[in-house]
Amino acid sequence: MEKILFIDPEKCSGCRTCESVCSLHHEKVCNPTRARINIAKWETAGIYVPMVCQQCEIPICEDVCPMHAIKRDKETGAMLIDYDLCVGCRLCLMFCPFGGINFDSKTGKVLKCDLCGGEPVCVKFCEPEALQYLKATTMNLRKRRAAAEKFSELMKKMFAVV
Amino acid sequence: MVWKRKIAYINLTTRKIATKLIPKKIRQLYLGGRGIDMYLLYNHVKPEVDPLSPENVLFVGTGLLCGIPALGSGRCDIAAKSPVTSAVGDSNIGGFFAPELRLAGFDHLVISGKAEKPIYLWINDGNIEIRDAGHLCGKDTFETQDMIRDDSEDEEVKSLVIGVAGENLVRFANVRTGMKNSAGRTGMGCVMGSKNLKAIAAHGTMDIEFSHADGLLDYCKEMNDMIMNTRWARAQSKWGTLIIYSNTNTTGLIRTRNFQLNRFDEGEDLEPENMDRYTIGMSGCYGCSVHCRHRYVLREGPYAPIFAEGPEYTSLGAFGTMVDCKKMETILVANHLVNKYGIDTLETGGLIAWAMELYEKGIIDEKDTAGLKLEWGDEEVLFELIEQIAHRKGFGNLLADGFRAAISKIGKGSDYYAIQIKGMSSLHSDERPTPSLALNIATSTRGADHLRSRPAIDLYGLPQDLLKEIYGTSVSSDYTSYEGKSQMVLWQERLYAVTDSIGLCKFQTVFCAVHAPKWGEFAKLIRLATGMEFTKAQLMEVGERIYTIEKMFNVREGFSRKDDTLPERYFKEPTPIGLPIAKGKKIDKGKFEKMLSEYYALHGWDENGLPRKKTLERLGLDKEPSHMV
Repeated sequence: MEKILFIDPEKCSGCRTCESVCSLHHEKVCNPTRARINIAKWETAGIYVPMVCQQCEIPICEDVCPMHAIKRDKETGAMLIDYDLCVGCRLCLMFCPFGGINFDSKTGKVLKCDLCGGEPVCVKFCEPEALQYLKATTMNLRKRRAAAEKFSELMKKMFAVV
Repeated sequence: MVWKRKIAYINLTTRKIATKLIPKKIRQLYLGGRGIDMYLLYNHVKPEVDPLSPENVLFVGTGLLCGIPALGSGRCDIAAKSPVTSAVGDSNIGGFFAPELRLAGFDHLVISGKAEKPIYLWINDGNIEIRDAGHLCGKDTFETQDMIRDDSEDEEVKSLVIGVAGENLVRFANVRTGMKNSAGRTGMGCVMGSKNLKAIAAHGTMDIEFSHADGLLDYCKEMNDMIMNTRWARAQSKWGTLIIYSNTNTTGLIRTRNFQLNRFDEGEDLEPENMDRYTIGMSGCYGCSVHCRHRYVLREGPYAPIFAEGPEYTSLGAFGTMVDCKKMETILVANHLVNKYGIDTLETGGLIAWAMELYEKGIIDEKDTAGLKLEWGDEEVLFELIEQIAHRKGFGNLLADGFRAAISKIGKGSDYYAIQIKGMSSLHSDERPTPSLALNIATSTRGADHLRSRPAIDLYGLPQDLLKEIYGTSVSSDYTSYEGKSQMVLWQERLYAVTDSIGLCKFQTVFCAVHAPKWGEFAKLIRLATGMEFTKAQLMEVGERIYTIEKMFNVREGFSRKDDTLPERYFKEPTPIGLPIAKGKKIDKGKFEKMLSEYYALHGWDENGLPRKKTLERLGLDKEPSHMV
């Protein structure tokens, strides 16, 4: 089953390691403006939200691409750009509702997360586990379990089993 | 690549800006960050200049490895002649500024002269602009950063800023970035204030290039795993440096009520777990896997609402044990205030604790303090004094000039109660039971300070074999012993000098964790990132060179053996409480002097602490000043 790059902003420590390793892996340099992932920060409020392509089920980028250069990778489920077809019109960047597409001013290319072929480097480096690469079902169940914890606390008190 | 990186010379008087490539030679001798800053300090600041005059020069430097995704590589080094000590002024700051400066095209800045009116520097993709800062005057360190972001309509701008304390030339004003990070010690914010320099802002889109990108990426992961496999780092991830408190306090290694007690018996509320009540999450600096910074919220009480970051172990002492304040909330409020105004937490707490003891002893009274009753544990008084210091009002105005000036104004034997060395306040650790730590604060080139050479792992009582393996010589496992401790301090000062020069976080080398990255790992990281080759011995020599040029700066300013000492009370008053290992301990004057002589001899310095000619020749320092940059 397909895995999903799952983001938990509550766990993000804002260290920006994901940005550095992303650009280092793909572009061989450290440069957050050339990374496929970025952390949106509200520093004085202490809020950090990693933003990256969601690999949508109905990808707008694919729809708007006049060259049909964005296609889904069957193995990983990632939407990949075929640079042989891409003309750099940036329509995908304009229409993506998440800012999932980045434009590299050095090379003139659009960039997006390719899930590193199924082994996302950002996930490997994310110590607080704000980024995880999980099966969709695992992710669902984990979220539900986390939400259910509140009820379980309450129920433990009500029934006083132990 | 590393040879394409630049240094900028900015003269604020003439508004002239020049840039230059950083030569290979200087990298081999000093690496970057603190190393190059110390070289610049010795070469660009003339002897005996007034630290607040335009002749003093401010240096900002990124570490050699700045930008790598490992070990907190975002450290920035800020240096100048210190307005607190008149010795080496140097302070290291984490956060995100250093990588941003490098992305904006510069590794080092040399800022001289004085601007006619308040300005800030704007650095972007190879360009440096001097911008008006009239609208930023009087703004706190948080507002200033937000307003600079608004000016440039760019959320990604990072700045080094001063608060009102820096503008008011409070001697120990600091430089800040983000919510948490401070270049706290030695008054670098005061130097910025004296130059009418409110901030240095940077944003860049240039690449940080490396020699072996793929190998570096893999090795960075290995390094992050190495540090995260230590218990110290895992504890830090949860509680930050507050974790140190429980152990040191139980043992009796924490100075309380200035220096009257060595354990804070009523300080249960300061235990690190109690921070959970206020913490909403942890934050990390650039490239850090540990994330030791608390993001905290105070929702209730007279000072609410506060959102802030911190506090460090240091502030538990500065606003807790030393002034006898027993509540975590007091510390959270005080921490926020000093950060907002931009003053060093340790110097502030140290001075207030001293004043409280003087008040208790009757050396000062309400006439001196303009009616303020300096009672132990009164948080209102603590907050009021922080306000007064930052705004230079009332009694706080006297404290704002630091220990030296305050001692000479108050007189009446007040110097005996001042826990300071070379004019700078010591941490709230009580070093009477621990000779190695005492030697560390006595010899530190920037005044009483634990981050220059603290062999913190001495407290673990490690097996002698392991100590020998690390320090290369026989060191006693007993932390109350004097045996081998001079070598320990020397080894740590070299390690920290190199750590600060490659720009990594000290908490991610041998500080509190034994099996943490050190010489060999540093050499490999340097090779992968820059292509430069160093052996372990060569890196140690670089550390020695850096420490020696700092010493040369201090010698040139008239410092010598007489200044490498401890406050008198360390020799006279035994510790009154604590576990048997810590109770009834004082520093033995004779043994201390012997250890100091040993320490000088190991360096190749003479009995008076001056580097010998032979030593200087060996390190290539005999022809300084040499002006390579």
